[in-house]
Amino acid sequence: MVPLPEEPARLEMDHVTVVYGGHLALEDVTAQVPHGARVAVVGPNGAGKSTLFKALMGLVPLYTGQIFIHGQPLGSHHDCVAYVPQREEVDWRFPVTVADVVMMGRYGHLGWLRRPTARDRAIVQRSLEQLGILDLAERPIGELSGGQQRRTFLARALAQEPHILLMDEPFTGIDVATLETTLQVLDHLRDAQVTVLLSTHDLNLAAAYFDQVILLNRRLIHYGPPEEVLTPETIVETFGGQVFWLEPRGEGPRMATASHCCPPEQSVPRRR
Amino acid sequence: MTMLLDWLLAPLAYGFMQRGLIASVLVGILCAVVGCYIVLRSMAFLGDALAHGILPGVAIAYLLQVNLTIGALAAGIAVALGIAFLSRPGTIREDTAIGILFAASLSLGVLLISTIRTYAVDLTHILFGNVLGVSPGDLWLIGGLACIVLTTIVLLYKEFLVLSFDPVHAAALRLPINLLRHLMLILLALTIVVSLQIVGVGLVAAMLVTPSATAYLVTRRLSHMMVLAAGLGAFSGIVGLYLSFYFNVASGAAVVLTATMLFVLVFLLAPRRGALWPRRRSRS
Ligand SMILES: Nc1ncnc2c1ncn2[C@@H]1O[C@H](COP(=O)(O)OP(=O)(O)OP(=O)(O)O)[C@@H](O)[C@H]1O
Ligand SMILES: [Mg+2]
Repeated sequence: MVPLPEEPARLEMDHVTVVYGGHLALEDVTAQVPHGARVAVVGPNGAGKSTLFKALMGLVPLYTGQIFIHGQPLGSHHDCVAYVPQREEVDWRFPVTVADVVMMGRYGHLGWLRRPTARDRAIVQRSLEQLGILDLAERPIGELSGGQQRRTFLARALAQEPHILLMDEPFTGIDVATLETTLQVLDHLRDAQVTVLLSTHDLNLAAAYFDQVILLNRRLIHYGPPEEVLTPETIVETFGGQVFWLEPRGEGPRMATASHCCPPEQSVPRRR
Repeated sequence: MTMLLDWLLAPLAYGFMQRGLIASVLVGILCAVVGCYIVLRSMAFLGDALAHGILPGVAIAYLLQVNLTIGALAAGIAVALGIAFLSRPGTIREDTAIGILFAASLSLGVLLISTIRTYAVDLTHILFGNVLGVSPGDLWLIGGLACIVLTTIVLLYKEFLVLSFDPVHAAALRLPINLLRHLMLILLALTIVVSLQIVGVGLVAAMLVTPSATAYLVTRRLSHMMVLAAGLGAFSGIVGLYLSFYFNVASGAAVVLTATMLFVLVFLLAPRRGALWPRRRSRS
């Protein structure tokens, strides 16, 4: 989808720098994400992808720079940004069911002192259906498989009806069915004009399904459409030697995957 | 049948027993509901620490000849806010803050109490509880505070739920996390103060933890856990008080031991959490 030119950028990062106790995790990142775009954030382990998302959520303080959502500085908006973390830091033994967790997506819309209405329940039901976990609705969250838990938290993000959705590595550690469901959800979100930022190590997925790619390695290395950004030079620049080149199969020369399952320690760029 | 009825009604002929029963049911419910969050966030230590942290307040109130409950209330809220202050994000962990304040205020309490020559009856009641000494005024105070705490927990159910289950999502929803944390600590402090007269400083933690832990074993939603815990707490309060009346034993201890018996029973019937439920489901 071509970004609507008259819409202001939904998401603006302006010279964003994040420092963890003296260690620079993100340095001077500037980017504008247009309305309804689907953006892949790609970079090696420790590149600052999760940090970028946490900064966008206001979960880590900015050392310098500013973030604007709908032109408003971070913090002045309500709950229009949904976030699916890389690792959920929830208490898995907590007595909540899948439906309870998905209903938590509605809490921001409900506001104080209000109980869920029939409409909220319908939205929860629809989100569960979309992720194919309606039959698990009454199961305790701790009794699910890892993939089912992932689906639950994605369903919660959908129930939140966000304008912007941040998904931190949703493609890692899932089976083909969950991957398929996640891609379907992405298509649904595009129809609903939701801006999606998604981090991944899978360069082929990034090239195939995304309008824009951010190559990140502490600094923003490149940002643009995949065919411009994902060139052998930029990939090597981002990942160092940590890339496997696959034989081209009639699809042009850009078939690369970053090895993320067991990266060789010494080849990870360390530029501290 | 009439014998059982007589047995049940006989204690109610006494005003102090009526008040004691009402008070222990209220405290049983209150502790159990608040205790659900204590159990789920693994903060049993916090409950105990707050209870002991109240000691210096009580001692000071005694020395100044003011109402002991007011002293306890002030000390409880001070310790709760102190814990919140010391464990702000980016400083020390919450349990460390609790440990420091716990030790400090317990020592201060012991120090102050040791200056009191005549080891007064009132003070031992604060330590071990005296449910049979509940005056009508005390009962109003207990009832009023219990109402405030329970109403707050019902009204803020979803906020406290999301905050304890998933703080990151609470932040994404832009909830005032620190405010809610402090409020939770204050509710806990109020609960402990209310409970002191019934079970005493030493046994408050047990009343907070035991019925909720029992309910946790057999429920799969927080709301159900709270309701069941409240029922168990109230039941323990009643049974404990009858035991105390007929066998002439310390009431607080009897209440706590009843709650513990219930826990053991449920624990044995459902050895692992929820172990009982899948089996039942497949049979039906
Ligand atoms: N809480 C923290 N405290 C200190 N340093 C941190 C913290 N979180 C992340 N870092 C550091 O910041 C850098 C960026 O981490 P981040 O988690 O954003 O990387 P990432 O791109 O998400 O990596 P991955 O692909 O492994 O998920 C890393 O060098 C990491 O060590
Ligand atoms: Mg990450």
